[in-house]
Amino acid sequence: MAERVVLAVRDLAVQFGSEQGVVRALDGVSFDLHAGRTLGIVGESGCGKSVTARSILRLVERPGIISGGRLLLDPGTPEEADLARLDPDSRQMRAVRGGRIGLIFQEPMTALSVHYTVGNQLIEAVRQHSTASAAEARARAVELLREVGIPRPETRIDAYPFELSGGLRQRVGIAMALAGDPDIVIADEPTTALDVTTQAQILALLKRLQAQKGISLMLITHDMGVIAQMADEVAVMYLGRVVEFAPVRQLFAAPRHPYTRALLRAVPSILAAPRQRLSTIGGAVPHPGMRPAGCPFHPRCGERLGAVCMERIPAPVPTGRPGASCFREEEAA
Amino acid sequence: MNVLEVQDLRKHYPIRAGLLRREVGRVRAVDGVSFHIARGETLALVGESGCGKTTVSRCILRALRPSAGSIRFAPEEGQEVDLATLPKRQMRPLRRHIQMIFQDPYASLNPRMMVGDIITEPLKVNGVPAAERRERLMELLELVQMPPAARSRFPHAFSGGQRQRIGIARALALHPQLVVADEPVSALDVSVQAQIINLLLDLQDRLGLSMLFVAHDLSVVRHVSDRVAVMYVGRIVEIAPTDALYRAPRHPYTEALLAAVPAPDPARQQRREAARGEVADPANPPPGCAFHPRCPYAVERCRVERPELAATESGRWVSCHRARELDLLGVG
Repeated sequence: MAERVVLAVRDLAVQFGSEQGVVRALDGVSFDLHAGRTLGIVGESGCGKSVTARSILRLVERPGIISGGRLLLDPGTPEEADLARLDPDSRQMRAVRGGRIGLIFQEPMTALSVHYTVGNQLIEAVRQHSTASAAEARARAVELLREVGIPRPETRIDAYPFELSGGLRQRVGIAMALAGDPDIVIADEPTTALDVTTQAQILALLKRLQAQKGISLMLITHDMGVIAQMADEVAVMYLGRVVEFAPVRQLFAAPRHPYTRALLRAVPSILAAPRQRLSTIGGAVPHPGMRPAGCPFHPRCGERLGAVCMERIPAPVPTGRPGASCFREEEAA
Repeated sequence: MNVLEVQDLRKHYPIRAGLLRREVGRVRAVDGVSFHIARGETLALVGESGCGKTTVSRCILRALRPSAGSIRFAPEEGQEVDLATLPKRQMRPLRRHIQMIFQDPYASLNPRMMVGDIITEPLKVNGVPAAERRERLMELLELVQMPPAARSRFPHAFSGGQRQRIGIARALALHPQLVVADEPVSALDVSVQAQIINLLLDLQDRLGLSMLFVAHDLSVVRHVSDRVAVMYVGRIVEIAPTDALYRAPRHPYTEALLAAVPAPDPARQQRREAARGEVADPANPPPGCAFHPRCPYAVERCRVERPELAATESGRWVSCHRARELDLLGVG
């Protein structure tokens, strides 16, 4: 992990105000994204992984607000910028969104309009982040479609999104994310809506594009299999906090947080024995508005120490090195 | 003894065009599917979207009327019937024997009914007296590991996993002879999914359930099913006992499916390129074997002659011209 840090998230807090009170969707999230590497962010629903992505791109909508923390682009360089302090509609933020940082959605139709052809939208995205002429932008759009593995891009460029299969649409979604030539790409559950053979194709494509372009990839998923195959480092999230950070092999071989351990044992496996039962985690993920006191995982934790877990919140994972936010960790230290 | 025998099931949808709405083609959603489910057995029907697995399950439930073929259902007591041709009126008394577990536990429970009423509704419809209903309700709650107090609450008070338990209790209320579960855990978080998988395994053991398990997740299927039928573009390409199918697939599509699943182990990197191309269009399937445009082993014969599902060895059926000569790679 000697590569420079391109994006440093520090103590990010996001809250949503509602009639029932304030919901802390993110409660002090910190991690580093390194140049050319893949950071996997994994967790179950409500853990805050998608809110994290939207915060970085300043796409959190009211009643959600970033209530604390920093989002440092190019930290420690003269160009350092704190995205958390920018106006979401500012020229600088719009240049970052799609330009420096591309976004791939779970459902590509989120990024695509049904009313325009694939080409129209792709050309517009290219021109938004460059001074290319109309003809140059069209040529670039065809080139992008070719790069993401769309057969016959010269004809497909005039197709409407609904004329394409789910797999081709996600390829177009990836082309859209790459239109501004970003060096950082955030992919939010990019294969969750796809069939398994299509998923394998899209993951292979992401890997190839990342290697070719030296992209720093932040891959958000709930799927431990996708994490295992794609990530270099992994941040495990639970109820708005990073509970563990580790290189991928270390995470799977020797998970340090009880939640990670339990989660890995609960994942159904393609290698299972007949009628093999799974280890379970009791209960369910609470609603973020019903965050338990103390360590947020303590009511479901099979390795709870005692009063300390119920009363105090364990220290966050120190950024930049493997660790877990758990009193067991502190005890061992 | 088989509780269900499906023979050459077809469900075609006409494609109409022009002023006279003339039939110009057919979507062969299900195109000649045969399988059986033994009493006490769980058969998984797997495949990617559009393969026809859900259409098969809806034909069995007679939510759809099959275009051709037979679905012979043999309740433990009583006459064997062909669900495929049965008039709707005669279907009604059979419905109690075939129950369904749904994918979305949020959409499948009536939000205005208390959990106790939801679970016992099928009993009420079938004229079970109130005292007996109450007793059965307690049994069912215990069976799906829900507290007795749950009966007087509304579905919104429960998490997705608990709602799925409620849906399962309801499906089991009438001691069905066959349970059709359509993607019953795919909407759930991993930690909750594991609980429901274990519950299904427990219920199989305790009640000897016969189940058709429709799913796309091959990992989940490996845990819960005794046998697996793999579908591709409206047809079954392979049926085998679960462990045999995963360890040594006989159809290239099964091999491709297994290879595509990302293993939750960073030391086991994906071994090969993903299957090329996309699932064929059931309105316009390729000639010969529908999988041939994507198959790395396809030869001339595969392009012209459609393979039939044939027994290869004990308990295994494969629909591939080259099944006997290929040495395909499984998992674990």
